Amino acid sequence: MLELALKGSKRYYGWMGFLLAIVGVGFLIYLKQLDFGLGITGMGRDVSWGFYIAQFTFLVGVAAGGVMVVLPYYLHDYKAYGRITILGEFLAIAALVMCLTFIIVDLGQPRRIFNVWLYPTLNSVLFWDTIVLNGYLFLNIVVGWNVLEAERNGVHYPAWVKPFIYLSIPWAISIHTVTAYLYAGLPGRGFWMTAIMAPRFLSSAFASGPALLVLLCLIIRRTTNFDPGRQQIQTLAKTVAYAIVLNVFFFLCEVFTVFYSQIPEHMDHFTYLFVGLHGHGTYVPWMWTSMGLMVIGIILLVNPVTRRNEGVLAVACIAVFAGTWIDKGLGLISGGFVPNPLHEVNEYIPTLPELFISLAIWCLGFFVLTGLFKIAVSVKEEVRE
Amino acid sequence: MERSRRDILKLFGISALALSTGPVLDAYAAEQVEHGAAAEPYVKMGGKALKAQQWALVIDTHKFESEEDFTPLIEACHKIHNVPSLPIKRREIKWIWTAPYHNAFPMSPMKFVDEKLEHTPLLVLCNHCENPPCVRACPTNATFKNPDNGIVMMDFHRCIGCRFCMAACPFGSRSFNFRDPRPFIAETNKQFPTRTKGVVEKCNFCAERLAVGQLPACVEASNGKLVFGDLYDPESKVRELIRTNYTIRRKQALGTEPAVYYIV
Repeated sequence: MLELALKGSKRYYGWMGFLLAIVGVGFLIYLKQLDFGLGITGMGRDVSWGFYIAQFTFLVGVAAGGVMVVLPYYLHDYKAYGRITILGEFLAIAALVMCLTFIIVDLGQPRRIFNVWLYPTLNSVLFWDTIVLNGYLFLNIVVGWNVLEAERNGVHYPAWVKPFIYLSIPWAISIHTVTAYLYAGLPGRGFWMTAIMAPRFLSSAFASGPALLVLLCLIIRRTTNFDPGRQQIQTLAKTVAYAIVLNVFFFLCEVFTVFYSQIPEHMDHFTYLFVGLHGHGTYVPWMWTSMGLMVIGIILLVNPVTRRNEGVLAVACIAVFAGTWIDKGLGLISGGFVPNPLHEVNEYIPTLPELFISLAIWCLGFFVLTGLFKIAVSVKEEVRE
Repeated sequence: MERSRRDILKLFGISALALSTGPVLDAYAAEQVEHGAAAEPYVKMGGKALKAQQWALVIDTHKFESEEDFTPLIEACHKIHNVPSLPIKRREIKWIWTAPYHNAFPMSPMKFVDEKLEHTPLLVLCNHCENPPCVRACPTNATFKNPDNGIVMMDFHRCIGCRFCMAACPFGSRSFNFRDPRPFIAETNKQFPTRTKGVVEKCNFCAERLAVGQLPACVEASNGKLVFGDLYDPESKVRELIRTNYTIRRKQALGTEPAVYYIV
């Protein structure tokens, strides 16, 4: 089936070439980072994780979000999703490729990455994160590929795939739970040390992943002869609606605990992000924008009149995706590290090389995504002819 | 079926290639050969080595008057351990430094305390916790607790530079080499390794000195202001000081059991 990704229209080649060009430039900047060290980023001894790890965290969510089409189809036999399950699985693959790349570029000594498996350390959450992420990538490749190939050949997918499908559902939950545990178990970091972290991660995942999928479905309908279907898009939109409501609810639960208890170690990070601390408040406008976008998303998605209008739906999904991205891809990491353990405020501002490398990894992800979606859509077009 | 399996294998091949190219290219550029160390950490003890179940440090804050009192201690440490002086503050490497009382003890600073405690800086360093969160977080065992003496050690050759330990440390005791530190070392001590870019480092309680029967450099340079000894030897000087003075530890409520005690 891979050949389907190799032949396409001029527009397809143009888009892929454009993405590859950015990836290429990003790779060159990464070579510079390899040579100089992570000093080309805005990170420091106080904010020791930055944009890379934040993107990684957000994209784990997008990858896990794919399960929101897999679960209804395979577990509840919601037949309508048969048409788009593959899109959810392929989106997960592309998101995981980005996640793993973000991890690699964040390492100070990437050539030693295999030490993680040479010296498996069971008490480290990071070790488990590599297991669940690579496992989820494997599951989605195996399941997605076999099911699509069977569809192409007009047969039922082989029976041995079924256990992998069932396994992939709890596995999707696990990837974002374990990723939340990276943060939620650290004794000195009040912003992250909360049991609501994993549920919050999952709710924002099930909002951002399906929101992106809705947008991708709308694009596919516009640019190809395959229609993912109005019913499918509407059901996905309801998933986004409930998930984003839960996400904001979980956030407010955290806000209550933090500010009613008045424990400074927990309050200071929220204060820093939302009103500024000791005169530092770079992220204040971002955080309020994020909240505003999520609220707009809720209003437009919960209300059936606005949800059913696909133009408005697209706006709502962009709002949800952007809102959750700011929340996790920007605020979560810097907010957790400021103030530092000595209660000093040293802000983190990403540098241009760091931002460009991140952009290049996003483009790499969309390159993989476009290729995979091209295969899926070509098969769908073939089958329907 | 046959075809699909072959396709999957092809896909795996491509994925594997994509994932492995980075590290392979990197390995060609490697400056040093890495040794495959044993999974279980151990440190061989010499005949003159000082031994303890858990090394601990007692800092008598009354004996420090001003910033100048700290300088010789910090310099002694940073000099023998090849700690670089980096020009940009956020990328600083520090093993031992000073912080105001409110920063060293931010969780529950006492109000209306003695003027001197309020305004004289305090020495801060790795606490060599008995229950260290950094060791729990490290995915490769590159940072580990030496079972023979309780020191939280770093293996600079195994560290992959993920910085999970820095997020895990509640004391900000760890520094990362954001660039090659060697050009920023005024005078290299050949007895101790310099570090490469991309690894984490911190105070090691002078494990290399204890191994040859010497006290930590900061203790030696302190003229009795710092006392070092075995926390689990009831006869040790540190135990006597803890018993007879009011001591506090940083962020005690977190349960990491810091092994650095402050007489206040």
